[in-house]
Amino acid sequence: MSTNELQALADRIVAQAKSGEQIEAYVSRGGETSIRVYEGEVEHFVSAQSQSVGIRVIRDGRTGYAYAGTLEESVLHEVLADARDNVQFGTSDEFAGLAEPDGVPVIKQELWNDALAAFPTEQKIALAKELEALTLAADSRVRCDDSNYDDAYGETAFATTSGVSAYGRENGCYVSVGTLADDGDETQTGFGFSVGRSPAEFDLPRAAREAADRATRLLGATKPQSKRTTVVLDPYVTAQFLRVLSGSFSGENVQKGRSFFAERMGEAVANPIITLIDDPTNPLAYSATELDGEGLAARRNVLIENGVLATFLHSSYSARRGNTKSTGNAVRSGGTPGVSCLAMQLAPGTATQDELIANVDDGVLIQMVQGLHSGVNPISGDFSTGASGLVIDNGKVGAPVREFTIASTLQKMLLDVVAIGGDTEWLPMSAAGVSLVIRDVTLSGS
Amino acid sequence: MGQVTSAPMSSPFLDQIGTETIQRVLAKGRSTGAGFAEIFIEDKRSTSAAFDDGKVEQVTSGRDRGAGIRVVHGETTGFAHTADLSEAGLLAAAEAAAVAARQGKGGVVKVALGAETIQRVNNIAEFPDTVAKSRKVQLLQRANDAARSVDGSIAQVSAGYGDSVRHILVANSDGILASDQQVRTLFRVSAVATGDAGMQTGYDSMGRTIGFELFDTEDVEALAVGAARQAVTKLRARPAPSGSMPVVIKRGSGGVLFHEACGHGLEADLVGKGASVYRGKVGELVASPLVTLIDDGTMTTEWGCIGIDDEGHRSQSNTLIKDGVLSDYMWDYLRARKEGRPQSGNGRRQSYMHLPMVRMTNTFVINGETDPDDIVRATKNGVYIAKLGGGSVNTATGDFVFGMTEAYLIENGEITEPLREGNLIGNGPQVLRDIDLLGNDFAMGNPGTCGKDGQGVPVGDGQPTLRVTAMTIGGTAA
Repeated sequence: MSTNELQALADRIVAQAKSGEQIEAYVSRGGETSIRVYEGEVEHFVSAQSQSVGIRVIRDGRTGYAYAGTLEESVLHEVLADARDNVQFGTSDEFAGLAEPDGVPVIKQELWNDALAAFPTEQKIALAKELEALTLAADSRVRCDDSNYDDAYGETAFATTSGVSAYGRENGCYVSVGTLADDGDETQTGFGFSVGRSPAEFDLPRAAREAADRATRLLGATKPQSKRTTVVLDPYVTAQFLRVLSGSFSGENVQKGRSFFAERMGEAVANPIITLIDDPTNPLAYSATELDGEGLAARRNVLIENGVLATFLHSSYSARRGNTKSTGNAVRSGGTPGVSCLAMQLAPGTATQDELIANVDDGVLIQMVQGLHSGVNPISGDFSTGASGLVIDNGKVGAPVREFTIASTLQKMLLDVVAIGGDTEWLPMSAAGVSLVIRDVTLSGS
Repeated sequence: MGQVTSAPMSSPFLDQIGTETIQRVLAKGRSTGAGFAEIFIEDKRSTSAAFDDGKVEQVTSGRDRGAGIRVVHGETTGFAHTADLSEAGLLAAAEAAAVAARQGKGGVVKVALGAETIQRVNNIAEFPDTVAKSRKVQLLQRANDAARSVDGSIAQVSAGYGDSVRHILVANSDGILASDQQVRTLFRVSAVATGDAGMQTGYDSMGRTIGFELFDTEDVEALAVGAARQAVTKLRARPAPSGSMPVVIKRGSGGVLFHEACGHGLEADLVGKGASVYRGKVGELVASPLVTLIDDGTMTTEWGCIGIDDEGHRSQSNTLIKDGVLSDYMWDYLRARKEGRPQSGNGRRQSYMHLPMVRMTNTFVINGETDPDDIVRATKNGVYIAKLGGGSVNTATGDFVFGMTEAYLIENGEITEPLREGNLIGNGPQVLRDIDLLGNDFAMGNPGTCGKDGQGVPVGDGQPTLRVTAMTIGGTAA
C-alpha cells in the first residue's frame, strides 16, 4: 500500500457518509523494532507491524465510535457498521461535531528521517551492546538489568466529511539502560537514555554515565527526618510535575468542573517568574507535531504568562461549547478526541543547577519520584509523591536519602516556585525538563 | 479454588486456520535452528460506553485480532506479530521471528501438535455480545442519577461500562495446543464534589471474569452512591498527617499493598536478574508469621482469573509465602526452562502484539484470626485506610508507594476525621515484617490493571483487615 493508498482508504470510508451523517476516519499503520541485550547477548528481538482504524460517526448530535487493529477490507465494513449502530445510544449533544478547517497554516517539521528508516539491524544490536558495555565500564559496582534499542515508525491518514484531510508520517528511536548498583546487601537502581530522530543523535556515553550515577549515588541512602523544606527538582522530575498539571489547562475539564483553574482566567496562579508554554511547533520537543488529533495545525499557546493564567486549551468540541476557537490541542488516545497539552515547556532562567543549589541553605535535591499516578489528585490539587535524592546543606549537595515523600498542593507549589534554572532538557515525553526550586513542601520520613 | 470444566469442542481458530497450518508455521519458526517456536492467536471483541456530564458520550466497539509468533534460540527470543491470519501472513511472521532469533544454521524441522486442551474456568450465563447495548447504557444513567442524588455538592459524575470477549489459542513446538475464552465485564463511577475548600473526588469500580450476569448480583447504584459519598466526605477532610505511624487497612482495599510490597519481587524474571530484594530468600522468613500469600489464577470469576495463561499453561493456585516463609516465586516458560522446573501458570501478555512475561493473577493474603473491630480498638493513634489507589514498586530496593483515596484518622482506638489524599511509602520486606494484626474478614478488592514493562493485564487482589505497626504517611500536616 503506498502513501496515497492510505489517504485514499480514509477518504473512501468518509465518502460512504449518508445524508445527515458526519464521519471521521483515522487510519494508521506502522512498525517497531525492540532489541534488548543482557550480558552481551540479545535477550529479545521484536519486529512488529501494526495497523489500526478508528471511525467516528455523528448524526443528530449523537456520537458513535468503533475501532479495529487491522485495515482488512471486511473488517473496515464491520467497523463502520458498528460505529453507525453505536450512534443511537449516544445522548444528543448540540456541540458534538467534527473539526472544520480553520485556515491556520501547518508549521512543517522534520519528523521523518531516511537514515533511520535505512539503519541496518546489526548496527541496532551493536548500539544496545555498546551501551551495556559503556555502562558497566562506568563503575565497578554497576550491573545492567537490560540495555535496549527501540525504534518505531508510523503514518497516519485522516479524513472527515467536514473537509479536513491530512497525512503525516514520522519515525524515531531511543536507547535506554537500566542499572543496579550493589554494595554489600544493598542494591540501588538507576536508568539512562538517549533519544533521536536518527541514531546519529544518540549520546551513548552520557546515557551510560547517568545510568551508573543514578544508581551508585543512592548507595548508603538513609531515610530523612520529617520536616518542611525546600526542594530542587531535577529536570526529569520537573517534566513529570508539568505533566500532572496538564489536565487543568484543558478547556473541556474547565467546562465539566474538573479544573482548579476554572474561574481563575487572568488571575495570578503562579509565581511571576513562571511562564509556561505549550508549543508542539518547537522542533526541539520530543512530541513536536504538525497536526493535532483532529487534523488541525498544531500551534503555540502560552498557558501561564508571568504567573498569570493566560489560556485554556481546546479541541473543536470544547471550543464550540465554550464559544471560542480550537487551540489545536485535540489528542487521541484510542478513542474520540480529548484535550491535552502537547509539548509543555517552562521559560527557562539562566542559573545552572549548581548555582540554584548554592542559594539553598537547607533542602533536598529530588532526583527521582515514584507514585505520581497514585498520590496526586489533579482535580483537588493534592500532591504527594515518593522520592529519593541528595540532601542540600549550606548550598552544597551531601548524603543520599530515600524512602520519603514530598507533599503540598499543586496550587500552592506553583506559587512557591522561587527559581527556575537555565538547563532546559528535551526529554522523551510531552514536557521539557528544567531545574526548579520550590519552597515550603512537607517532607515525610522518619 | 475454581471449578475447572473442560469441553470437547474446539476453539474458533482451529476451524479457521487448521492444525496443519499451525504446524507449518511452528516449523517455519524453527527453520533457522531454534529449539522452540510458539504461536499465540487472539481475537478480542470489546464494547465500552462512556457517560460524563449528564450525557452518554458514546458507545465504542473494538476488535483486535492477530497472532504473535515467538522463537527461542538459546538465550535469544525473536518475536513478530501480524494482524494477517492467512497462512501466508502467519508464515511471514514466523520467518521474521526466526530471523530475529537467528543464531545458527537451521534445517528442516517438523512440529507435531497434541490434541487441543480447552480450559474454561467460568461458566458464562449471559455473553456480553448477546446483550442489547441499550441495557448497558441504562446502567450508566442509573449510576449517574444515584450519585447525583447523594448530595447537592456533587457537581460532576462520570461512569464507564466495559466488556470484552477474548478468545486465545496457544500452540508450541513442544506439542502444546490449548485454548481459552476469557469474558470480562467492568463498571466504574467517579464523582466530583465541590465545597468551600475546592473540589474532591470519589471513585469506585467492580469487575469480574463473567458476562452481563455481573449485574444480577452487583448493584451499580450502590457503587455510585459509595463513590459520591467518598467525594462528599472528603470535602471536610483535613490534610493527611506527615510521618511514621500505625496504619490499619480495611479488608478488600489493601491487596495492592502485597502486590507492590512483595508480589512483583516474587516474579522469577526479576529475581533471575538479581533485581529483587527477595532473591535467594526461598525458605527464609520474609514476613510476619501471620502472612500466607497466594497467587491463584483459577479463582472463579475474579478479575485476574484465567483458564490457561498466555503460554498455554493451565492456570493454578500457587502459595508464595506460607506462615511468613517464602515458599516459591512465580514462573513463565523461559524462566522455568532455565531453572529446569515446572511453570506456574504466570506467563501472561497484554495482547498478541506483546511478549509474555511473569505476571500475577489474583494475589491475596488469607484470613487471620482477629476481629477487625478489635484491630481498630487496639490502635491508639494512626490512620485507617478504607480505599487504596494505585501503587508502584522498585523491586530491587523493595521501596514502594501506594495512594490512599479514602482514609481516616484513628484517635484513641476510634475512626474519626476523614483525610485528604496522599501517598504512603514503605519498604516491602520491612512492611511485611511489621504486620502485627490480621483480621478474619477476608474480601477481594477492586479489579486492577497491573502494568509492567509497558504491558497491562487484569489482576485481582484481596486481604482481610490488617495493621502495619509503622508506615510513612506522605501528608502535609505536622
